[in-house]
Amino acid sequence: MPSGRPSLVGLLGLFFLLLIIVWLGVNFVKDPQEFINVFFVGLTRGAVYALIALGYTLVYGILQLINFAHGDVFALSGLIASSVLLSVFGVTTDSGAGLVIVAIAVALIVAMVLASTLNVTIEFVGYRRLRHAPRLAALITAIGMSFIVQNIALAIYDVDYQSIPRLIPNSSVLTIGEVALQWNKLFVLALTIPVLLALTWMVRETRHGKAMRATSQDRDASAMMGIDVNRTISFTFALAGSLAGAAGLLFLLYFTTMRYDTGFELGLIAFTAAVLGGIGNLTGAVLGGILIGLIQEFNEGLAWATPGGDWTRSIVFGILIAILVFRPSGLLGEQTPEGE
Amino acid sequence: MMTEQQTPQQRKDEEQRLQEVIAQRTQRSAGLWRRETAVALIPLVLVIGYAIIYPFEAVYTTLREIPGIGDFFPTPGSAVIIIVFTMMAIGLNVVVGYAGLLDLGYVAFYAAGAYMAGWLASQHFEQVTFHFWSPGINPELPGIHINLWIVLLLAGIFTAVVGIVIGLPTLRLRGDYLAIVTLGFGEIVPQFVRNGDNFKGFDLTSGSFGITPIDPPGFGDGLGDGSGGLLPVNFQRSFDAEQLYYWAALGLLLFTVFCCWRLRDSRLGRAWIAIREDETAAAAMGIPLMRTKTWSYAIGAFFGGIAGAYYASFKSGAFPSDFYFNISIFLLCMVILGGMGSIWGVIIAGTILGWLNIEGLGVIGNYLNDWFFEPVTGSRIEVPKYQFGIYGIIIVTMMLFRPTGLIPERRRKLEMEEGVHDEPAMGERAVNR
Repeated sequence: MPSGRPSLVGLLGLFFLLLIIVWLGVNFVKDPQEFINVFFVGLTRGAVYALIALGYTLVYGILQLINFAHGDVFALSGLIASSVLLSVFGVTTDSGAGLVIVAIAVALIVAMVLASTLNVTIEFVGYRRLRHAPRLAALITAIGMSFIVQNIALAIYDVDYQSIPRLIPNSSVLTIGEVALQWNKLFVLALTIPVLLALTWMVRETRHGKAMRATSQDRDASAMMGIDVNRTISFTFALAGSLAGAAGLLFLLYFTTMRYDTGFELGLIAFTAAVLGGIGNLTGAVLGGILIGLIQEFNEGLAWATPGGDWTRSIVFGILIAILVFRPSGLLGEQTPEGE
Repeated sequence: MMTEQQTPQQRKDEEQRLQEVIAQRTQRSAGLWRRETAVALIPLVLVIGYAIIYPFEAVYTTLREIPGIGDFFPTPGSAVIIIVFTMMAIGLNVVVGYAGLLDLGYVAFYAAGAYMAGWLASQHFEQVTFHFWSPGINPELPGIHINLWIVLLLAGIFTAVVGIVIGLPTLRLRGDYLAIVTLGFGEIVPQFVRNGDNFKGFDLTSGSFGITPIDPPGFGDGLGDGSGGLLPVNFQRSFDAEQLYYWAALGLLLFTVFCCWRLRDSRLGRAWIAIREDETAAAAMGIPLMRTKTWSYAIGAFFGGIAGAYYASFKSGAFPSDFYFNISIFLLCMVILGGMGSIWGVIIAGTILGWLNIEGLGVIGNYLNDWFFEPVTGSRIEVPKYQFGIYGIIIVTMMLFRPTGLIPERRRKLEMEEGVHDEPAMGERAVNR
């Protein structure tokens, strides 16, 4: 997009943005307490999206591949975490805090290890052979992988929703007037931010991170510099997978119920979040996730002139389309070839 | 060749000689043409002939009773659905196979076509009573009732317009971004029709109930046999309704195949293939990228719309629950299995997968359960439940081991072997572009 000279497309985008700001402003003035409560709900939902979006963005950053299967890996690991919690530890709402903490820790480790193994396997079996094939071939394979993983979950857990008791209480941590922040929301937020910081540190500062960045820029040159490209890519998939595992458990703890196809929609939303923030950019993924979470909850929770929950999907995909059309590089992303 | 020094006699001789040569060549090439075409046409004629006689009760019941393989022959009713989905796959093949644009939201076109049939050939709009050549329906009946043959055309045009509307803002994008945007549209359209029952009190789509019933096809009073004509007045009321639906679907399929086959060799078709092979080079050779791509969208959508409208009429309803993402993937799977760009391949893959979807998985599941699962594990598994897992396996296997499909298109095969493609495969980040 040419800078300086305002284009029609740019003006249209600004106009939409202005409409959204006016809409939010009116809603805030009408009922500030409700607005802030909804804001917290949206923030928490956004944090869950952000964790999934980070996985998309990591893989896209290194291979320029949309790993469709990521959402389904997330769902499968969440379901397995539910089995660990229910069948192995048998937690209920009455279980003691100690048992709950141990159970969650074990479930987290199981989910992360399993998801990263699965993700690495998918890369090894599927994508690795297609690195020199046309780009669409890899994307189509990713869609196929997504269906395979989803059907593995279907084979194990059938079509029923798996529900766990609410382990993180939703009692308030602090209350100011009618505005309240609950424990379960705090828990989700308190987990997402350190993960983002750790990831950013890892990619920026460690040798592995350096290898990842080098591989993403030029695979052949990296190989010549002595970087084991295959291992670096596997490592990235493992990292993305472990994030999907953590997100699966977190989703389960916060929403308490999931199903074999939860990952499909969540995956698409998280991918939208990654694109919104600028795919390939870690901070962007988190920003995008939180924005999408906020938009979704504002849409469903606010009173004035909201389309309502029936339209959530359309709004999220509308944003995706608008972003790709108006600003393909995303909010924080670098200019991509799509930008032109 | 003819210089001024030539005498009239010489000129005459020359002309005569030339004419003889031309006559000889024409004759020879005509003979050649006839023989080659005849040989090439034999399988085609056999296949079409078989397809035409298939729905006669004597034929399909005999085939279905053959021990061992009888279960592999669908009923004519199932065959209609197979044909309709194959037709959509051929439409999708124009976008994915010819132009190389991955469309993950083809179901939106199917939905647009189906709802067009719902609007123009049912009692949905009770506010008005409009009949145009309706197939033997009481003219007092409220709603818009236009003859389905016209509705099919209108649905195709409407869907093509939808395709252009979707295409114009998005076709600027390349490769996977485009795929995602089409996926987005494929998700928005079903939600739109599901929620479209109350726009300021106006009921556009009847919400999640869908529009039903939809008028069947027929030739009405003018051409129909009720008033002295030969053609059926109304398919639904005929004794051999399923056969009529089948033949009409087959006719539509042949029309689609013919159009797509001729399009491939047209100027437009060659432009699509050029874009598929190398977008930048195509643009440099003067091919208008946007217009050519938009045409591929519009034409692919056109056939999807016709198929959708016809299917809605066959099912006598357009329901939002029919239009989900998996349908797009199912159609994509047909195109991939058959071979992107290969019409024959897509027809064969469409028939196989369509059959698997409707009857085949149940049949194969029963075989597997009888011969393997029940004796070995003691329990039966429900194979059709895992249909999309199976399609996923097909997609991945094809992409890994035979990316050109069952019957590769010659050109596509060369591209795959020689590696002609504009996108760097899983490319590095394009820093300097």
